[in-house]
Amino acid sequence: MAYINVPEGVPGIRSLVMFRPETGKPLYELAQVLLRGESTLSEAERELIAAYVSSRNNCMFCMSSHAAASRCLYGDEKNIVDEVLKDMPHAPISNKLKALLNIAGKVQILGKEVKVEDVEAARKLGATDREIHDTVLIAAAFCMFNRYVDGLGSWTPTDPAVYEEMGVRMSKGYVPPK
Amino acid sequence: MPHIKVDDSLAGIRGLMNFRPETAEPLGALANALLKDTEGLTPAERELIATHVSYLNDCFYCHNSHGEIACIYLDGNRELVNQVRKDYEHAAISDKLKALLQVAAKVQQGGKFVTEDDIANARKHGATDRDIHDTVLIAAAFCMFNRYVDGLAANTPTDLSTYPARAKQVAEKGYGNHIFSKNQPVAENV
Repeated sequence: MAYINVPEGVPGIRSLVMFRPETGKPLYELAQVLLRGESTLSEAERELIAAYVSSRNNCMFCMSSHAAASRCLYGDEKNIVDEVLKDMPHAPISNKLKALLNIAGKVQILGKEVKVEDVEAARKLGATDREIHDTVLIAAAFCMFNRYVDGLGSWTPTDPAVYEEMGVRMSKGYVPPK
Repeated sequence: MPHIKVDDSLAGIRGLMNFRPETAEPLGALANALLKDTEGLTPAERELIATHVSYLNDCFYCHNSHGEIACIYLDGNRELVNQVRKDYEHAAISDKLKALLQVAAKVQQGGKFVTEDDIANARKHGATDRDIHDTVLIAAAFCMFNRYVDGLAANTPTDLSTYPARAKQVAEKGYGNHIFSKNQPVAENV
């Protein structure tokens, strides 16, 4: 049960946003711009960064839901998601995406952990300033979302089917619950 | 030097927001909703939570920026701000704010570090659901802002005399798009 009086039977961040819509609105707008806005990183890749960081933060709700969204967006290549969550360095993804995930992993620890060498490595593999910016901000944002969801003890469903359905809905975009 | 090409004349998060206005907009709106709100917690208390969490995350730009904003709300009581920043347990603040800072410090470590006892303690000292919600989200949001600023190695002024002018701008006008415009506030009497 959540630490505060949120609507019953509503999982994770949705219940928190219903409790306080004034902060929920910019939170959903941020997710929408970062994960669905115009970008040279695919929506599947951006969801994968979100799932990867959430996994490192041990946030089951965010990890499961964003992994499901990423699987849905990858379609036939959905196994990529589980490979990355299991063993990122050996997953079947581009070296550029590995370099960006390496940066995201550093951000998850703390901002100062990102070193010039990490950024140079990503740049050498073709990452642009915009892609580096968005990777850092996605990783930082999930260090917020994860803490928000777990810090208030919001409800985390355990049935994988619930997340699969959630992933399909999330793949279409982020709209705050009414 | 920042990891990406930003306008050198803009300090900290301002340079990053200017680099990408599309994400700056919800970030500014979130900061306004959380830090300028006056229901329950005062803006001074909200900024003190932001300052303490930023200090724990070792983000020089954020803990000094938000410390200065808190200082303005507290009529220049910098001593109190410094005490809360480093050792709130011995600061001259309410037991309720101490209990909420305890929750915020747990959030800084990770969401799962917050225990039912932490929440019960805050409630015992008068914290409402909304106070607890806002404390957790302020702490979580600064775990984002701090990582955003340091993760991109944003311009961080080391001269503390440059912080009050920007703080005054935020205290007066909030966190809108003006904070990353070309026309930046400069220190008075310098």
